[in-house]
Amino acid sequence: MKAPLSWIKDYIDLDGIGIEELANLLTNVGLEVESVQLVGVEKPAGILKNKYFGLPWDKEKFVVAEVVEVNQHPNADRLTLCELNDGTGITTVLTGAPNMVPYLGKGRLDQPLKVAYAREGAMLYDGHQPGQVVTKLKKTTIRGVESRSMICSEKELGISEEHEGIIELDADAPVGMPLVDYMGDVVYEVAILPNMARDASILGIARELSAVTGRPLRLPQGIALEDGGEITEKVGLEVRDTELNPRFMLGMVEGTQARKSPYWVQRRLSLAGMRPIDALVDATNYTMLEIGEPLHAFDYDLLRERAGGKPTIITRTACEGEKITLLDGSEPQLDTQMELVTDGVGPLSIAGVMGGGETGVHGETRNLLIESANWNFINLRKTLSKTRINSEAAYRFSRDVHPALAETALSLCLKRVQEWGGGEVVRGVLDDYGKPYEDTVNRLSAENIAEVLGQEISLEESTQILERLGFTCWMEGGELVAKSPSTRTDIETGIIGQRNLIEEIARVYGYERIAGKRLSDELPPQVGNPDLEAEERIRDIMVSIGLQDTLAYRQTSPEREARLFIGRKAPQGLTYVRLKNPITPERTVMRRSAMATMLELLEYNTKFRPGLALFELGPVFLPVADEVLPHEALRLSIGLTGAWDVASWDRPQSKAMDFFDLKGVVEALLDGLHLEGVKFQSTAHPSFHPGKCAEVRVGEEILGVMGELHPQVKKNYAFGQDPVLVAEFDGEMLVRLSSEVFINRAISGYPAMVEDIALIVDESVPAEDLEALIWQAGGKLLVDVKLFDVYRDARLGEGKKSLAYQLTYQAFDRTLNDKDSLNIRNRIVKQTKNTFGAVLRSQ
Amino acid sequence: MLEIEEKLQAELTRGIEALQTVVTVESLEAWKQDFLGKSSLVMQTYGSMGKLAKEERPIVGKAVNQLKVGLEAALAEKEEGIKTASQQETFTKETLDVTLPGRKPRRGRIHPLHLTLRQIYQIFADMGFQIYRSPEVETDDYNFTFLNIPPYHPARDMWDTFYTDKEGVVLRTHTSPGQVRVMRERAPQNIRVILPGTTMRYEQLTARSEIEFIQVELLVVGKGITFADMRGTLNDFARRTFGENARTRLRPSFFPFTEPSAEMDVQCFVCGGEGCGVCKGTGWLEILGCGMVHPTVLRYGGYDPGVYSGFAAGMGIDRSTLMRYHIDDIRHFRNNDIRFLEQF
Ligand SMILES: [Zn+2]
Repeated sequence: MKAPLSWIKDYIDLDGIGIEELANLLTNVGLEVESVQLVGVEKPAGILKNKYFGLPWDKEKFVVAEVVEVNQHPNADRLTLCELNDGTGITTVLTGAPNMVPYLGKGRLDQPLKVAYAREGAMLYDGHQPGQVVTKLKKTTIRGVESRSMICSEKELGISEEHEGIIELDADAPVGMPLVDYMGDVVYEVAILPNMARDASILGIARELSAVTGRPLRLPQGIALEDGGEITEKVGLEVRDTELNPRFMLGMVEGTQARKSPYWVQRRLSLAGMRPIDALVDATNYTMLEIGEPLHAFDYDLLRERAGGKPTIITRTACEGEKITLLDGSEPQLDTQMELVTDGVGPLSIAGVMGGGETGVHGETRNLLIESANWNFINLRKTLSKTRINSEAAYRFSRDVHPALAETALSLCLKRVQEWGGGEVVRGVLDDYGKPYEDTVNRLSAENIAEVLGQEISLEESTQILERLGFTCWMEGGELVAKSPSTRTDIETGIIGQRNLIEEIARVYGYERIAGKRLSDELPPQVGNPDLEAEERIRDIMVSIGLQDTLAYRQTSPEREARLFIGRKAPQGLTYVRLKNPITPERTVMRRSAMATMLELLEYNTKFRPGLALFELGPVFLPVADEVLPHEALRLSIGLTGAWDVASWDRPQSKAMDFFDLKGVVEALLDGLHLEGVKFQSTAHPSFHPGKCAEVRVGEEILGVMGELHPQVKKNYAFGQDPVLVAEFDGEMLVRLSSEVFINRAISGYPAMVEDIALIVDESVPAEDLEALIWQAGGKLLVDVKLFDVYRDARLGEGKKSLAYQLTYQAFDRTLNDKDSLNIRNRIVKQTKNTFGAVLRSQ
Repeated sequence: MLEIEEKLQAELTRGIEALQTVVTVESLEAWKQDFLGKSSLVMQTYGSMGKLAKEERPIVGKAVNQLKVGLEAALAEKEEGIKTASQQETFTKETLDVTLPGRKPRRGRIHPLHLTLRQIYQIFADMGFQIYRSPEVETDDYNFTFLNIPPYHPARDMWDTFYTDKEGVVLRTHTSPGQVRVMRERAPQNIRVILPGTTMRYEQLTARSEIEFIQVELLVVGKGITFADMRGTLNDFARRTFGENARTRLRPSFFPFTEPSAEMDVQCFVCGGEGCGVCKGTGWLEILGCGMVHPTVLRYGGYDPGVYSGFAAGMGIDRSTLMRYHIDDIRHFRNNDIRFLEQF
């Protein structure tokens, strides 16, 4: 909402309050000032907490002047030469403004035209460039006529984008007066909170200022309205549903004219962001901006013509298949939920949203019918959600307007139409107020206030605040009773109503005056969050291994996830949480696969670093049949590619990582989480290399899958030569199986014996099984088994491999001797021979 | 004393003196020849022992032994000295250019938003707050209705919502649904929790606005919780985050689930309130929204608003992390550009 200061001052005296101070007052009362536009006024001095823009008008360079005669430019048809009095004398000013053309050849004007005049050297906005480009007014010669100064349009002064015609000031503008003194202004753009929709009006803003400054509010006076009267002969009214249309009023002006409004009206509308049209339309818009009640104006004669006699206005919901063409030319789809204003013939407007093009006011309108109504805001919001129409009226009605405002608005609007457009107000109004609004009454004690705020605010001070906001207050049994004003509908009753009042009191009293305290209530029962703690432990372990923590977008697309499969063909039947209103085609669903995300992260980053080691811990979203919400399953994904070591100036880049680098990372993680009984098993998975993929099991449970990306899947991404290694694990299982507490192994004080042993076995014997048997055969004196070589050679025999282990023996109670080691070794050789046919390889 | 004894004693003095001038391996060899070689006094004396009178032999034998031991000890010391000196020379030749870069180990880092989260967890843990998490895909009821935002209410305009193709299911627009979830789980106990998590809003993706971002929300419910308690708690949080002298201000705002509602600003930590690019010249940074829990929300959570009260506050940590590290683009957080992440 844009509020010109000059307009606010119609309703409240703000003398002595600076521009910046006023902005801070507004913000502190809940009307956050988003920007302050300076219209001709100098920027205030000092540290400014608000955003300012605009252009000062130099008092010497910009003055009010009058054009006394308009003549034709000798060499150009579309240019005129104006004889102008700027208070110091007569000069000739050249202009191309079309609105000077009608005065050509009239000689000396009977009624001089008052204009905004800029002298040579004035800093103003360039009227011929888009946007606001500041330029200095310089002497030029146009088609042989010298020009040093100019008559300004609104664009050059920063009032609006209008630059077609020059401003025609009101006749009482004093010639020679600095322009800034005559019409300099400040426009506050304030954000209107949803619960302060009543302040989407100049009067609403003035009322807040009155509350916070304690200065009295001056209400505008309209004409007196009386029910019935002559108007009943001109038009009929029928409201079909008072729930949807609690109030509908009609007033009428005859013999009026759609001429230009006084310039001060046009200027205020422009500054508030609305385009001035003519006196009739301006009167409705001005009144809406003034008090917040939108109005609609009909050309009465057109209605009469349609009806073939006395028209009757009927408000009702739309019928099946009904059509309307709106003012903006659009033809929205109507349905039976939508409330319309109609006559016997058909729809005239979508109630509270926008009028139809056919029956609105136009340049020739003489007899004007004004609608001032109230609409059910919930129903209206349903209409808006379907039609997606934006209008100033819809903006206000959709936030609920008090029905009493319909009456105030009509009385003000009728007065303005008559003042600005002329004509006679027809006696009487039609008023169907089928559902009178009952203003709420709430009781409040001093304790109620202190209980919520933690600070005492006396009932006397509270009363003053509420009264300045328009409440009617009285004391009853030591309690404050407050009746809500007939301008707002946001104050409820009961405990919520009390809370509403306390908020009103607190914000005007000033949040800054409420001192902070430390919480002193009893602490709740202490519970930890073991899941979160385990997750953070996983992060710490991964980072300690050397992997980078990442954070993934939840939104992706099935096409992106299909890259996980050969030929980008995802299996049938994958269900997704799908977005109804995706922001881009790349993000249409919630992700199912953390591995897909990880591959994208690796792909994106390979161009920046020769080696990558990333992990991500976050949810995937798996729809569950018969459940409303998806399962948000925690996933840990790991991605490695390129060299692990970072190359340095004297050491070449090491080899690219392979399966066993990934396995090492996984083992380190599982070891760090103290998981017991982990097994790696060769497995098949469509995304992985058929021979380089393992399933990780903990007991009977499958923790996840890991391995080298299938070369044909790799083609779906922009990767280089290096293998891409990924793992995706069930994060919840990791969290569940991990333990913070574990049994620490004792360290023996006796020396250890170390010896090597190499066993030849068939290729088919899994290393893991062989090692398990070595442990078993070794007995309790065997304390470490390290595989240090895997060797294949024709001399070993076809389909054979040699596995070399370093074995460590140690006792807790004595130093071992050669006999001990020979015993252990013999047991290992014998049992591996019996079970796997292992042969001891001669050294 | 025999003449020969005196001669042998003098030889030791002479030998040690001669050794003092020795500095190289070569001159040491010459010295060895002179004093311990075949023609040296020591060796000659040994050779002529047989010619000595029987009673003189033990006396001369002892003296020559002493001489030999003395000379050998002096030699050993000298040899050690020469060796050390020559090694020192070798070491000097091995001097490195210590300004050459070190070899970089692979180092993992915690993501910057996770760092911020951990800091917040820590601060609130110190104040006795527990951590509660709730789903990212939510029902319309929890995301809106239970938070006093019924269907078609004007306040719904405050959130640009992602809807799913399932009726009544949305991507949560804030972490506030967790308020009602934790209340329903814990009523009628006192509550002091923070609710962290990813939230999603339908916005244009630009350097300043994201569709996904992390929020942390605070919820306190108990008997006699007031606006003043809220202010005190949030002030403490601001001081822990922005420094002991951090100044805050509260101004009126609106959230359907709190009343009274406020917006808290902290004085810009970059310019100290003078106005700069980070605070857009205003001297203040908007850091969180807060307010007293609305009676309707308490009711939905299973608490009688006539008996219990509470406050809630919510902040977006992406923006505060941006400000903290002067990050120019909010999208860096989820693009995970390694060049960005490596800096933390
Ligand atoms: Zn700053």
